[in-house]
Amino acid sequence: MSLIRLFKTVFMIDFLTGLIMAVKEIFKPKKTINYPFEKGSISPRARGEHALRRYPNGEERCIACKLCEAVCPAQAITIESSERDDGSRKTTRYDIDMLKCIYCGLCEQSCPVDAIVQGPNFEFATETREELYYNKEKLLENGDRWENILAANINADSSHR
Amino acid sequence: MAELFIFFEQIYKILFLLIPVLVSVAMIVWLDRRVWAFVQKRRGPNVVGPFGLFQTLADALKYIFKEIIIPASSNKVIFILAPIVTMTLALIAWAVIPFSETFVLADINVGILYLFAVSSLGVYGIIMGGWASNSKYPFLGAIRSAAQMVSYEVSIGVIIINVLLCVGSLNLSDIVLAQKDLWFVIPLFPMFIIFFISALAETNRPPFDLPEAEAELVAGYQTEYSGMMYAMFWLGEYANILLMCAMGSILFLGGWLSPIDLFPFNVIPAPMWLILKILFLFILFALIKAIVPRYRYDQLMKLGWKIFLPFSLIYVVLTASFLMYFDLLPGN
Repeated sequence: MSLIRLFKTVFMIDFLTGLIMAVKEIFKPKKTINYPFEKGSISPRARGEHALRRYPNGEERCIACKLCEAVCPAQAITIESSERDDGSRKTTRYDIDMLKCIYCGLCEQSCPVDAIVQGPNFEFATETREELYYNKEKLLENGDRWENILAANINADSSHR
Repeated sequence: MAELFIFFEQIYKILFLLIPVLVSVAMIVWLDRRVWAFVQKRRGPNVVGPFGLFQTLADALKYIFKEIIIPASSNKVIFILAPIVTMTLALIAWAVIPFSETFVLADINVGILYLFAVSSLGVYGIIMGGWASNSKYPFLGAIRSAAQMVSYEVSIGVIIINVLLCVGSLNLSDIVLAQKDLWFVIPLFPMFIIFFISALAETNRPPFDLPEAEAELVAGYQTEYSGMMYAMFWLGEYANILLMCAMGSILFLGGWLSPIDLFPFNVIPAPMWLILKILFLFILFALIKAIVPRYRYDQLMKLGWKIFLPFSLIYVVLTASFLMYFDLLPGN
């Protein structure tokens, strides 16, 4: 046993095996993707950037129940609401501090009307901190921009809810 | 007037050597990262320029614009001097490397001794950097590095004696020309392996990168360096690696000589062969970086002093006896 070990050490058999293996690995297909140019697939359940959705007629979905604000473990959501002229309760302020947010998805789960959702967008880096204090305007704009994908994602996941 | 002409001619010659060396150092950093990535099935730098070739230039540009932070408690003169020493020593050694029979900057008759001396001096840059930083990690890194480089220099010296026994001259061109019939890698194969491993240790490459063991020592002697000074350490390190590859190809792989004196091979110009051999050795360096774990410090010392040194000494005796017995000593 020790003789074999000695032979292997002196002639660096293990090392050479490793070297040959390394050379073989060079020609195998790569496991990584060329990120900014090609992107990996994202699950419909992905918890990325937040968005506030609207009904097809343009009305905001959010009814200011404040469940998301209550459930948020990081206390990143701030909501203020008032009664509108037509008697419906709507938010006057809906802020998410994206720096506090831990992207747990509880707000999305707690929402009774699928208003606040987390979309597939994860590339929203900014140059200043202030840009990451999202207000209602920004969230609604996100909802308008991603509505097709958001609706499709909720539909794809509907059988599990 | 004539003196001035000679002066400018020398400057031109030096630049003609130095600029390609610096450019190839940049390319070699890219190659290193690329080979490393490929072994791990990653892509490596591939965005800047074709195949990411200009990645190192982009990095260097970034380093130039970074602030150089000099620690308040450091010894400022030595702190600034250290990277300069490292890079200068790594570059001046290229003066004696023969790229072909005629293309050599300084064809001095003790070329190999000069090369050995300059590569030994390289440890000073590291010690100075580590000591002048006046901080724990750089100091520990410098101590390790000094001990390691000194240990492996001993065995490299003995290996060089092996080659010199077969050549009978210290001139690098003579060493290459002596390999016209048979590259020394064949009769001195064990020495070539030991030289290669010692070169890994001498240039602080994995598996002997203890001086900059990032898990223990942050970045070893480079910890306190930033900006262009860090880049100079970096350049010096890679220039040293290239130098060791060049030394290996001159001592064992026949320098600028083509492997066989046949049609498709002897058309390729002589410097190209040297460059190809350097590249081959460097790719081995890069592959080894990808596959081996780091040595423990006592293992490193044991390998250097208890295995390599006795073995290469025994091989010197064997080579000398062989040459004496068969009357093959050069100069007879």
